Amino acid sequence: MKSKFTIFALFTFAMLSWGLYAAMIQAPTEATMGPVQRIFYYHVPCAWVMLLCFPANFLVSIAYLVKRNALLDALAVSTAEVGVVFCTIVLLTGPIWGKPVWGIWWTWDARLTSTLVLWLIYVSYLILRKFSIGGPNPVLAASLAIFGCIDAVFVFGAIRWFRTQHPQPVFGSGPNSGIDPRMLHAFFINIAAFTCLGILLVWLRFVLERIHQKVEEAHAMKALAALPAKVSR
Amino acid sequence: MKFLYAAYIITWVVLITYIGILTRGFKRLQDEVRDLER
Repeated sequence: MKSKFTIFALFTFAMLSWGLYAAMIQAPTEATMGPVQRIFYYHVPCAWVMLLCFPANFLVSIAYLVKRNALLDALAVSTAEVGVVFCTIVLLTGPIWGKPVWGIWWTWDARLTSTLVLWLIYVSYLILRKFSIGGPNPVLAASLAIFGCIDAVFVFGAIRWFRTQHPQPVFGSGPNSGIDPRMLHAFFINIAAFTCLGILLVWLRFVLERIHQKVEEAHAMKALAALPAKVSR
Repeated sequence: MKFLYAAYIITWVVLITYIGILTRGFKRLQDEVRDLER
């Protein structure tokens, strides 16, 4: 298991290096926006990983509500946390790209606002989990994840359903949509690299959560074992 | 160019910070496991 993880980590590192080279060197400079358009090669793959993590969290949360399995609970918290990390990157790189191109850091359009709401929902989810001591809180958190996923669908569809400051979809939004093949190459390498990074982080966080669950269980057993001695005193 | 570099640097700062938090979590749990085994 450890060697598989190391091999996958090395592969991810190689992919990310290739992705960085493709984005900064291989891809041509965009005619209208100039070099700042290269933020696209990090901003969109991070949004992609975010929109993989949150629906995955939704599915795992539903499965947890049905089966009440600790493994599913660990996977739920892992996908939510990694999703929040990538959502944070999206919310930081977006305004950095927006300022030189739009002239403003932020605007309350449907895409940007729904992404911020998504971040807030999942941060609430993580806070709820962090301060839950037994009881029904994992169930409450799983229920919150369902609302989060509804917002994730809204984030995805916002630029298709509303007129927004955020650009329309690059692919499949009309006869003139699409990008230069060299840009497409850099884009797909980064999509693959960041997907691998997302899987790697979820894997790492899942292992951590499993150890945490076992430690909590051991503490509970120890406390139970100490109980009769205290009572008999 | 500064906006481009800022975006790339921020991405890696967030990711490396998160990996650091996970590594610290591992170390803390390893210590706890050692204490429980004693």
